[in-house]
Amino acid sequence: MTTTLAAPPDRVRAAPAARRRKLSTNTSAWLWLAPALILFALFKFVPMARAISMSFQEVRPYLGDRWVGLDNYRTVLGDEAFRAAAGHTVVLALGETLGSIVVGLALALLLEGTARHLWFVRTVVFLPTVTAMAVVAALWRILYYPAPDGALNSVLGWIGLGPGQYLDSPHTSLWSVMAVGIWRGAPYDMMIFIAGLAGVDRTLYEAAAADGAGPLRRLWHVAFPAMRAVFGIVLTLAAIRGLRVFTEIFLLTNGGPNGSTEVVMTLVYKLGLERNELGVASAGSMLLLVATVGLTLLAQLLRRRS
Amino acid sequence: MRQLDTALGLGAVRGPLGRIIKIGLYALVVFVFAGPLLALLVSAFGRVTDPTKLSLIPHDLTLDNFRTAVDQGVLHYLANSLIVVGGGLLLQMAVSVTAAYALARKQFPGVRLILFLILSTMMLPEEILAIPLSLVLSDVPIVHVNLVGSLAGMIVPVGAWAFAILVMTEFMRDVPIELEEAARIDGAGDLRIFWSVILPVCRPALGVLGIFGFTMIWDQYILPLLVASDAQQFTLALALRSLRADEQVGTGVLIASALLALLPSVVVFLALQRQFMRGLTSGAIKG
Repeated sequence: MTTTLAAPPDRVRAAPAARRRKLSTNTSAWLWLAPALILFALFKFVPMARAISMSFQEVRPYLGDRWVGLDNYRTVLGDEAFRAAAGHTVVLALGETLGSIVVGLALALLLEGTARHLWFVRTVVFLPTVTAMAVVAALWRILYYPAPDGALNSVLGWIGLGPGQYLDSPHTSLWSVMAVGIWRGAPYDMMIFIAGLAGVDRTLYEAAAADGAGPLRRLWHVAFPAMRAVFGIVLTLAAIRGLRVFTEIFLLTNGGPNGSTEVVMTLVYKLGLERNELGVASAGSMLLLVATVGLTLLAQLLRRRS
Repeated sequence: MRQLDTALGLGAVRGPLGRIIKIGLYALVVFVFAGPLLALLVSAFGRVTDPTKLSLIPHDLTLDNFRTAVDQGVLHYLANSLIVVGGGLLLQMAVSVTAAYALARKQFPGVRLILFLILSTMMLPEEILAIPLSLVLSDVPIVHVNLVGSLAGMIVPVGAWAFAILVMTEFMRDVPIELEEAARIDGAGDLRIFWSVILPVCRPALGVLGIFGFTMIWDQYILPLLVASDAQQFTLALALRSLRADEQVGTGVLIASALLALLPSVVVFLALQRQFMRGLTSGAIKG
């Protein structure tokens, strides 16, 4: 009897205190989050919103922007230069993705293991990936020097291959840029593949060997199926990396010679910051964003399923 | 069954021929991936007679390239780079650990939405945001500051990096709640718990953040490009392009400057590579 009588006032007294405590946890949580939220809002979400709105407008400094609907998108999609750049972007993204995966997988298979010398070789091979793109580009501009006594031409001369023009010829420029991308990207894929290979059940190798399978069949029937998820992730990550390529093109060829290496991002940069056509440039980057987001969601889907 | 440790069983390859092939393959791989970087190192100290050549064998050792590079103001660009990477890394870590503390250790309405919003920016490549970002930088909303032409413009935006927050949040979630409760019973407040309980436990994750953040900021190109209004604010990465364009400077100076831009990232990587590899693989496969 006394307990039931005593209980209600207790609860009544406890409620505001609990609410107050909860309220103060909430405010303190927002305080802890504030620096991040402010920076993300200013430098991610505001630019994002601007990009979306600019892509539907004719941007006129001092005159005020004018709503033009889908005109910018029509201009971009109808522009031959943009279509060519989109083609180069896709070729580059595909080539760098597949190249990095093939080379990365070969490296991973060669350098997998726990021996100390393998660890050393792996570390050395990984260096291009941590090297800043600006340095990579400066270095490869020198290596690609098109004279017969240029660094790469000298090396190829040892094995009897003729001097190439590399970045200076519209026929080889895109492939030369791709090779640099693979050189920098393959070691990254290698590390992920090595991690994937490390997760394969060792007893399966033994079982396969007991069934008389050689190394290649072991690879095909045991290691690869076990790494399906890893392949999916590497593939999409590399494709996203390839789509947004900017710095290496900007520094290696800046789109030249003759527009042979122009990609969407370098074109957007020129449209926006050199020709000041901000609306059209924004429409171009929106299209690229849609492709990137699509690929990212695909990667998430693959990850969920695995 | 040692031979079955790897997919191809290369560890089991024995005999002189097999060894030679293996060593040959390793040498080729090292030559292709590390050769160019080594050539950069060696050539920077060589007298460059021919502007096209890189060399793996040192000859005619000299510091002339560095002397000329210093005359060209490379030390100033290096200083700019170090200020940007130092400031950016400090800000990025501070922002990430505080946000992660709230996201991992506190329950409040909207926590999932905030986490989702932050992570969704991983889908927004900075290249794609470059043009609107340049407008924002020249007139930051609300505060109306112009960051173009100041190193601050290269530092402040890198503070917002979703990957760093993700790594830190995942790590902080695994810190046992008992540690925090014990401290609370002793009368410690949020700040104290954060500083003396959570952060010390998170030291390994801070190492991962440090190296990834360093690599990310050192590799920045488009942001400094948008922010720098003249050569005074060039980072070393930007300076490499203008040095290249300057015929009179010569390849030797370019090589020496590229080496200066290369060394910090290599040193940081080698010093912290164990954490780096762990972060890389867990980020790629788990995250």
